[in-house]
Amino acid sequence: MKLNLKIWRQKDANSKGELVDYTLDGVEGDMSFLEMLDVLNEDLINNGKEPVHFDHDCREGICGTCSLQINGEPHGPDRLVTTCQLHMRKFKDGDTIVIEPFRATAFPVIKDLVVDRSAFDRIQQAGGYISVNTSGNTVDANAIPINKHDADDSFYAATCIGCGACVAACKNASAMLFTSAKVSQFALLPQGRVEATERVQNMVRQMDLEGFGNCTNTGACEVECPKGISLENIARMNREYLSATTKG
Amino acid sequence: MGILDSKVPSGPLAEKWTNHKNNINLVNPANKRNIDIIVVGTGLAGGSAAATLAELGYNVKTFCYQDSPRRAHSIAAQGGINAAKNYQGDGDSAYRLFYDTIKGGDYRSREANVYRLAEESVNIIDQCVAQGVPFARDYGGMLDNRSFGGVLVSRTFYAKGQTGQQLLLGAYAAMNRQINRGKIKPYNRHEMMDLVLVDGKARGIIARNLVTGEIERHSAHAVVLATGGYGNVFFLSTNAMGSNVTAAWKAHRRGAFFANPCFTQIHPTCIPVSGDHQSKLTLMSESLRNDGRIWVPKRLEDAQAIREGKLKPTQLKEEDRDYYLERRYPAFGNLVPRDVASRAAKERCDAGFGVNKTGEAVYLDFASAIQRYGKETALTRGIKNPDNKTITKLGKEVIEAKYGNLFQMYEKIVDENPYETPMMIYPAVHYTMGGLWVDYNLQTTIEGCYCAGEANFSDHGANRLGASALMQGLADGYFVLPYTIGDYLSNDIRTGAIPTDLPEFDQAEKDVQDRINKLMSGSGKHSVDYYHKKLGKIMWNKCGMARNAKGLEEAMEEISALRADFWENVKVPGAANSMNAELEKAGRVADFLELGELFAKDALTRNESCGGHFREEYQTEEGEALRDDENFKFVSAWEYKGEPKDAVLHKEELVYENIELKTRSYK
Repeated sequence: MKLNLKIWRQKDANSKGELVDYTLDGVEGDMSFLEMLDVLNEDLINNGKEPVHFDHDCREGICGTCSLQINGEPHGPDRLVTTCQLHMRKFKDGDTIVIEPFRATAFPVIKDLVVDRSAFDRIQQAGGYISVNTSGNTVDANAIPINKHDADDSFYAATCIGCGACVAACKNASAMLFTSAKVSQFALLPQGRVEATERVQNMVRQMDLEGFGNCTNTGACEVECPKGISLENIARMNREYLSATTKG
Repeated sequence: MGILDSKVPSGPLAEKWTNHKNNINLVNPANKRNIDIIVVGTGLAGGSAAATLAELGYNVKTFCYQDSPRRAHSIAAQGGINAAKNYQGDGDSAYRLFYDTIKGGDYRSREANVYRLAEESVNIIDQCVAQGVPFARDYGGMLDNRSFGGVLVSRTFYAKGQTGQQLLLGAYAAMNRQINRGKIKPYNRHEMMDLVLVDGKARGIIARNLVTGEIERHSAHAVVLATGGYGNVFFLSTNAMGSNVTAAWKAHRRGAFFANPCFTQIHPTCIPVSGDHQSKLTLMSESLRNDGRIWVPKRLEDAQAIREGKLKPTQLKEEDRDYYLERRYPAFGNLVPRDVASRAAKERCDAGFGVNKTGEAVYLDFASAIQRYGKETALTRGIKNPDNKTITKLGKEVIEAKYGNLFQMYEKIVDENPYETPMMIYPAVHYTMGGLWVDYNLQTTIEGCYCAGEANFSDHGANRLGASALMQGLADGYFVLPYTIGDYLSNDIRTGAIPTDLPEFDQAEKDVQDRINKLMSGSGKHSVDYYHKKLGKIMWNKCGMARNAKGLEEAMEEISALRADFWENVKVPGAANSMNAELEKAGRVADFLELGELFAKDALTRNESCGGHFREEYQTEEGEALRDDENFKFVSAWEYKGEPKDAVLHKEELVYENIELKTRSYK
């Protein structure tokens, strides 16, 4: 198939960017979206032009590196996939596809479609862990039985890949889904309860400092999340936060 | 003993590690604050090592090319992590895990290292649970296990098909705790370009800031490389796009011996190649072989009809299917080790029984597991005389709970529903057992340069068993390296900070700059990918699942010629002083073009078949690997001498004091 691409090009963080038109022929349905961009880049290189920069790595939907706002949707029109797993069979011959970086104040553009998501790292550094030494001197793994449902819910929250689609989908650029997933993972486990109060306060504080917006419960984040992280996590974090605040 | 002293402690196998830890030098906490360590790579091995080293009190700098440590490719490991916990009471023990690993590796790994790994495996699970890793549990709240290839017990802990992700996020969280304390300084989007040696010791690295293109100097008292495997030398593999050999190769060029480069794992269950545009291959976890049955049609005409789309696999009767693994290996069936399963798939496809358009695919079928689980669930729920529809529905639910994310991934890529029709799979490059040679302390042949995880060669011999990579990465990082490195660093308590204005840093930086300039000034005929794909084709055809002397000799020549062409004609657009993905790729492919030749040379030198290294000249009448313990019971450690073809072989003879060498049989 033949596609019309409108791609955001921006030299670096300080330059002004713009949408540039490209036409690409010979796209096959079995290609992933990123493989389609590979083909475009190969063309650009062979014509002496600089290829389009985009973030990507594992190309199997788990590392969370790839991003892209495709026709206004993070990771494109398919559900429960990252851009690297989106296949061109979801598009038709002659389609126009607008490809932009994830947009958020807290995610500044580095180049073309590459954005800086280090704000997510800093939220995790503020408290996204259990303060246990890694020396191996811990109790036996089966010493504390954990209810299967809690363990499963904790796992589902922990499957967040930190891609930032939730932020890009949100009209307020809120990072509540991301932050609440980590808060929930630990809040649901006995090992994580010990410092639950400090954790939620520190992580929320950092989230606000980074310039992410507030949550107005539109639910767009859940819809666009490639891993199906549930809104319940936000509710749980609000509860944890409230309880932490009243405890002082 | 020369330079290849493995430094394996004396004494009985089960006491070596404990005795060693009791006898090595320690650095007191106050002195640790004056010692800097660089950790390159932040996957399971690097991330966990950085966290523990920082916790012990050292000043740690971490480097990764990704935008966050959380994205290292350990994250993609699916199936699980082994540990000799014996929670299932099925007779498991550290000894059995040790034995299985040595046997699985076809008797080409070091006994003492593997035993230590088996010993530490139990601590990993305790540690990870304490860190909040949400492993799968049963209804009693206890940890659940599954079984993996090449073993007869259930010792694999898992978190659905995302075990690597959960373990890596655990290590990442441990890192974050230390970053928050100021004990780790992370340098993300940075690539190590060279290792700096001062007076023969590793004292720092030259790194490139991948955002600004700036070349930076970083010094330390020791350098840890935990930079993963080199499977991308094949272009197509299950590795991430950025996975590379560059850091390890730079250390090799500076004097670290490279061990067993030809020991590569071709994983039997990957999604087959769909076309020329393909950029990478996707693994379908080995855990699927717990429940999936592998088959091809018995008759060639059926296989042909399937390839032409005239026949559907579900239409083929049970007696017309060849469950070739169950037929050839009744004791282990579908759970034979990876090398055996891969070769068997290739054998059937080469004989014309392949089932996709290109004839390079076999089926992985869940129909009987769905029936089995469906009946079981109906019984436990008290449903009397369930009809077929109910059984199928219940069975599918169980399969979804176990492997849901893998099935979804398959459906997205192939556009077929694996609950309804069998998956198509084919072997693909997945893991590299070879890597930098290290002694028992995980030190390379360069003093002060350590290597952990997949990047070293130490534990898996000629073939790695499933769910053992995560185990090794975390054992090395959390529990081995942080202690053995102290023995070395105890000599550095009076050294003081290493300055970065030494002539050695000047020279290394100049070397890096010259190389970048050279890459940027190619004639511009072909893109980097053009060369990478060509290299991959040579590797896959001549150094892949089956190798022979003639092909390997050709491979060496072809790679050497391709390398010369690359340096002459590669095209790298853009500028070196800014973000430049093509320049990053070019540097990595340049190193692959050297490694590939050494790989072929190593395979050519090893005149035997063992594990993943299958030389066509050396096989039994039934087509099984024919090992030669008399002449090849050694680790090949290659010393860099300029051109890869001139590399010099050093042998570490492997000593088996506790295990009797046998022909590996899974029949």
